[in-house]
Amino acid sequence: MPETKPNETQPAKIPVTVLTGYLGAGKTTLLNRILSEPHGKKFAVVVNEFGEIGIDNDLVVGADEEVFEMNNGCICCTVRGDLIRIIDGLLRRKGDFDGIIVETTGLADPAPVAQTFFVDETVGAKTTLDAVVTVADAKWLKDRLKDAPEAKNQIAFADVILLNKTDLVSETELKDVEMRIRAINPFARIHRTHKSDIAIDKVLGQGAFDLDRIQALDPDFLEGGHKHFHDEDMKSVSFSTDKPLDPDKFFPWIQELTQTEGPNILRSKGILAFKDDPDRFVFQGVHMILDGDHQRPWRADEAKVSRIVFIGRQLGTMKLEQGFLACVA
Amino acid sequence: MAALSSTPSSITSKLRRLDLGSGVVGVRFLGTTAAFALGEGDVVLAGHEETRVDAHKGAILSLASDGKRLVTAGDDGRVVATRLDGSSETLFEQKGRWIDHVAVATDGAFAFSVGKSAHFQPVKGERKSLDLPSTVGGLAFAPKGTRLAIAHYGGATLWFPNAQAKPEVLEWKGSHRGILWHPEARFIVTTMQEAALHGWRLPDGAHMRMSGYPSRVRSMEFTPGGRYLATSGSTEVILWPFVAKEGPMGKQPTMLAPRDVRVSAVAAHPKDEVIACGYEDGMVLLARISDGAEILARAPAGGPVSALAWRADGGALAIGTEDGAGGLIVL
Repeated sequence: MPETKPNETQPAKIPVTVLTGYLGAGKTTLLNRILSEPHGKKFAVVVNEFGEIGIDNDLVVGADEEVFEMNNGCICCTVRGDLIRIIDGLLRRKGDFDGIIVETTGLADPAPVAQTFFVDETVGAKTTLDAVVTVADAKWLKDRLKDAPEAKNQIAFADVILLNKTDLVSETELKDVEMRIRAINPFARIHRTHKSDIAIDKVLGQGAFDLDRIQALDPDFLEGGHKHFHDEDMKSVSFSTDKPLDPDKFFPWIQELTQTEGPNILRSKGILAFKDDPDRFVFQGVHMILDGDHQRPWRADEAKVSRIVFIGRQLGTMKLEQGFLACVA
Repeated sequence: MAALSSTPSSITSKLRRLDLGSGVVGVRFLGTTAAFALGEGDVVLAGHEETRVDAHKGAILSLASDGKRLVTAGDDGRVVATRLDGSSETLFEQKGRWIDHVAVATDGAFAFSVGKSAHFQPVKGERKSLDLPSTVGGLAFAPKGTRLAIAHYGGATLWFPNAQAKPEVLEWKGSHRGILWHPEARFIVTTMQEAALHGWRLPDGAHMRMSGYPSRVRSMEFTPGGRYLATSGSTEVILWPFVAKEGPMGKQPTMLAPRDVRVSAVAAHPKDEVIACGYEDGMVLLARISDGAEILARAPAGGPVSALAWRADGGALAIGTEDGAGGLIVL
């Protein structure tokens, strides 16, 4: 696990927001909204199709979505080569903007974009992935989850989900689609929107990949929803124990697991209590890439519960749970 | 710093400091004047006086020189040539696109790339273009003649823009970024997205893998005659031997000027086997390959050294850093 200790003498890293969403969900509307609101901030924007953005901005860059594999033995370590180059170029103009927004095409898998920020040294040193924001069409998402694996990836990967075009569906339908989202990803913050209308601070500055900001991993699913809509393909599983873990058992297990099951595990997160360790250990991962660190001491009023979450495809719940519980000291 | 205490010589008193105001992308000598290309688009010509030229309306992404002009490519979609007298000329413009890379041939022809296309502009005649399978990572003209090496995903392409022949493709999996010819055109070397170099022997295309770096190699240069390839990326300068016909294959590299911080830029002296080594803490050392002797040229300060260049006669060294500090040393 790479060290990610913040260095006080270094200038703050530039936050990067990844904007995904299936075709026609309202991504560009959201992007235009972010760029046009009077928040006094300036963004560099990486887009795939020029001309969609109605705002005059000299920091709009066209990308080619060139995904390639790293030759590092990590079979799912795909990164966006074009993004590495673009960010290298943008960094020459640092000071000109406060954040970077990367818009992906409707059919894109968010993983290579996210992994780019962990795999490339320069990009990782100067920028930080803030959050994956997914815009979903309230009316059509249900169908897309059935026929479009890309749409499902985007939901599974999201830290923030805008359930958009709420005016086109009834309250019952809205609840239904929210429950379907929760079955896949119980942790993302869902916001109901109309014409992608949302306060910017609900989309930007989320710190979703910031280890310091992993506070709790309590699924926020609606009552009963988790059970009703069990997505056979993509789901999330979560296990916890109040017995302290043995780091010498846990690290080999999680490394092995992500090496072998990495392609199926889209996201993982954990808050762990190790034996004889006063600190909370937090980690988060994208496929095979794991990032973890001691976070802060456990508070006296806090239950020392270790909790771990996986979002992915074909997750063997029993085997995962047994593996996790076998790490108890 | 044990390496320094054994070799206390220092020429830091000869360092002329320049406040350039924005990160240095690269530097080249035009005669006796150092031309600094800056991240915010300016070119600063530092001779007896300093002249600032407003070359680009955005970042400079790449630069090259034939000794008379500094040719820069920018995210403003322009290729600009800046001359010693401070005049500048737009050589090419494509609005709304980034010009990612530029290279200059000895006869004054130049090449540049925009996304997946490479373009060649001869001194006289029409521009020629070549579409590559993926975005161009780097461009380099052969030491003699008009042959262009183009790095991209999956390998490199060798293109004779003046010939009808199909470009030759050198394959190797991965993302190739920087590209360099051996001075005798016996080898092509690329820097990769991974912390490694790849090379091909010409003309048979035999592979050379040069790995073991702790970080990506950003800077590399051949020593005079091409005996060694000096590279950044480690906490010492890594020198791969290229004297033998098979290049560095099966041989260990030589290490020079070891420290506890990484080398961020290298420049090979044009006449002697001396390497200027810039480090991530702003320090610059001159190191002699034969005995490892070191001379301190710039004490550690500020950001990483991002640019180094020797004057053509080897009598001066220009230094640039990521945080906009410049330096000139006349030896």
